[in-house]
Amino acid sequence: MSTLLLAVSRRTFLQVSLTASGGLLLVPTVLGVAAAADGPVAPPNPLGINLRIEPDNRVFIGAPSPEIGQGVKTSLPMIIAEELDADWALVTVEQLPLGIDFSGAEPRWIYGSQGAGGSTSIPDAWAELRQIGAQARWLMRQAAATRWNVPADSVATRDSHVLHADGRRLPYGELVAAAALLSLPAEPVPMKSRDEYRIIGRPQRVVDANDIVTGRARYGIDVHEPGAYTAVLLRCPYFDGDIASFDDQAARAVPGVRAVVVVPGPKPGEPITMNLATGIAVVADDTWSALKGRAALKVEWTRGPFAGESSAALDRQCDELLSRTGQIVRDDGDFAAARAGAARTIQARYRQPFVSHAPLEPQNAFVHVMADRARVIGPLQQPAGASRAVNLATGIPRPAITVEMTRVGGGFGRRLTNDFVAEAALISKATSWPIKLVWTRDEDLQHDFYRPFGHHELIATLDASNRVTGWTHRLASASKYYRRANVPPEGLWEAELYPDDFPARLVPNYRLEWHSVQSGIARGSWRAPAHTANAFVVQSFLDEIAVATGQDALALRLAMLGEDRVFDYAQHGGPKFSTARLRTVLERVATAIGWGRTMPRGRGLGLAAHFTFGGYAAHAVEVEVSPQGALTIHRVICAIDCGQPVNPLGISAQMQGGTIDGLSTALNLEITIRDGRVEQNNFDSYALATMAQMPKDVEVLIVDSAESPSGCGEMGIPTAAPALTNAIHAACGVRIRNLPIRAQLAAAFNPAT
Amino acid sequence: MSTRFTVNGVERDFAGDGEMPLLWYLRDHARLTGTKFGCGGGFCGACTVQVDGVAQRSCLLPVKAVAGRSVRTIEGLAGSGLHAVQKAWLEEDVAQCGYCQAGQIMAVVALLERNPDPAPADIDSITNLCRCGTYVRIRRAIARAARELSK
Repeated sequence: MSTLLLAVSRRTFLQVSLTASGGLLLVPTVLGVAAAADGPVAPPNPLGINLRIEPDNRVFIGAPSPEIGQGVKTSLPMIIAEELDADWALVTVEQLPLGIDFSGAEPRWIYGSQGAGGSTSIPDAWAELRQIGAQARWLMRQAAATRWNVPADSVATRDSHVLHADGRRLPYGELVAAAALLSLPAEPVPMKSRDEYRIIGRPQRVVDANDIVTGRARYGIDVHEPGAYTAVLLRCPYFDGDIASFDDQAARAVPGVRAVVVVPGPKPGEPITMNLATGIAVVADDTWSALKGRAALKVEWTRGPFAGESSAALDRQCDELLSRTGQIVRDDGDFAAARAGAARTIQARYRQPFVSHAPLEPQNAFVHVMADRARVIGPLQQPAGASRAVNLATGIPRPAITVEMTRVGGGFGRRLTNDFVAEAALISKATSWPIKLVWTRDEDLQHDFYRPFGHHELIATLDASNRVTGWTHRLASASKYYRRANVPPEGLWEAELYPDDFPARLVPNYRLEWHSVQSGIARGSWRAPAHTANAFVVQSFLDEIAVATGQDALALRLAMLGEDRVFDYAQHGGPKFSTARLRTVLERVATAIGWGRTMPRGRGLGLAAHFTFGGYAAHAVEVEVSPQGALTIHRVICAIDCGQPVNPLGISAQMQGGTIDGLSTALNLEITIRDGRVEQNNFDSYALATMAQMPKDVEVLIVDSAESPSGCGEMGIPTAAPALTNAIHAACGVRIRNLPIRAQLAAAFNPAT
Repeated sequence: MSTRFTVNGVERDFAGDGEMPLLWYLRDHARLTGTKFGCGGGFCGACTVQVDGVAQRSCLLPVKAVAGRSVRTIEGLAGSGLHAVQKAWLEEDVAQCGYCQAGQIMAVVALLERNPDPAPADIDSITNLCRCGTYVRIRRAIARAARELSK
């Protein structure tokens, strides 16, 4: 076997070898870059994939990132296949397990950073994946040229074959043995130009679709390992409550129940590093026996330090906080002077509720803790975090913990934490059995890391010609950085306000102020964190300014964006923010929906545009509100600029799904608190929208671009809600400042009822 | 007392607890895991199967209730080739995470078997939840499958 190392970039090398079966294996290796030992932090030059070309010409591409529905198992391999000039029909995509090499002084990623979150998979991998594919193609051309005894630059490639001008052609598979012996250039090899793309930018369907529609796709919950028992947990519903007493006699008497195990939660106030709540696990032969055993448990809970907490009390806390001055996190110009000299001041208060992730596949994990090692299989969004959770729960060293990822039934940020893996590990350790832990929906809705709740106060100052001269955004919220190690109190705001977001630097006097809401409910990242809240209030407030000053809402936005500029953007999704790209998506949706046309009575149009994690998105919505306050969404158009589109079919899927998620959440969804616990417990009280409640179509406009691609899993959400509520105002004059919308329209039109 | 019924044409005889929801029988005992657990309360429809041709939420249906009846799951849908609804799902690239899709497909197959030319209101009668928001493509796939089946 020969092994060659070829530089892909300064830190990345491609290892080329022959497999035992005679295939050519290309594995990128990140040398000298530590896999984050603490926290899901990507190395500076992440990639991760491997590529295998078999003698029969099939191509196998290993997908490092978990597939949670965002489409990376399709789109990342497309990038390699493009530069390889592979026939996409011959490509098979395989999920790679977690790969961390612990043999050196520092742990190292074997397949590159593995995780999903922040829409980073594509932008992180773009440059390296292209170069890996290009180098593999270079090897094929060299091998064919040597075989034919012609110059390498006289041969071309197409659809997994090398071609000669005289008509000769060789499949890649026949060249793998020769390719493995070649010497490789030290410098990166040339890559295709955009006009040569045959896979990137063309619609490709989800690679696992056949397995999905036939029921063969394997999710975490489908894992049935030999000898495994099923566990379900009854967790304390009160934030930081505990077990006062319990009686498990009846539970143990249920046929099939094998054990009842107390699973301690974190101590009040301490960082949450493993599981979220104290609970009692029932371990049984199958799920139904475990559920019956759980139902037979008799438990008295202590109500913990937050027993008095309620949604109404949190609203009062926000009112009180916003009556004072908080932490100033950005202060451009002199807002007080602008206010003193303003011809007019406009002010509005908005409220965002807690919401839950509620992925349709409930949390679950298989963990087998053995004497000196452990095995994990699960629907994981951050597999390295799963390894850490098992290490914390059991003390087993991380090199002795193996982690396999299944397909994931949705994440939306919920599976960034591995609390459910820690629970399974604790139960397996206590019983010494292989354990498959399955959450039920009530536990999922009551024990989430919820999207933060907050009250926002917006103040704008205007001069005599109605130009915005000053802007203040005051936010009182429960930061998603809840009980995280290494986040000081003065840094909590950083997860809630992004100082470089629109309209920073477009308004001379600009101020951001934050107040920390104290609450016992756990919070975390929910698809497009902070952007969902801030885009709603900023885009709603722009509309309020336009209405109050008699300006057109599109014209006001374009005037504030002003001439095309590129600003530095220091938060996630930077380093740059282009006003031109935001303007373009806004204009695209406005044109498509016929902005400015005269609307029939009861109908209205709404717009919103926002920059989210490197992508630019806008929505235009047309609604009708009946005299009784019934809402119909007639048309939804969104535009996305996520740089070079990799898979248009996947991008439009993400934008459609993000739009539906944004609309469903804005219309109906809220997690409320009473007596220090969550009130919702299934999809009747937490009513995700059904197909009938959603628009029949979501039209997606993809901006063609040669810019380096961003992800698109989160960009479809932030602007959907404000475009909807702006349209509602245009249709009927009711301004929605408090989400969810629910019965507010009916109440506005039927005040007596 | 055991419960006898068929699943995808195969005779089954279950000697366990007749109160066990069909969902858990299918997943844990028959190891037909294409039928999914989503909510356990009959709200989401991820567990949709057909019982004597009628779409049912298997998470609330005790095994004893299907005695003598014929159950069809996603695994039993394709014959020598994929069912027209499955094909339409591929053509329209419906799935994102894919978790709810087996239930969606089973609900749509039952709808089209009962009503080959569904009006929009009939399509709206499908209340299966999709957390990824694939509804737009589900509508298109239903229309495509209906066209295909009516040929």
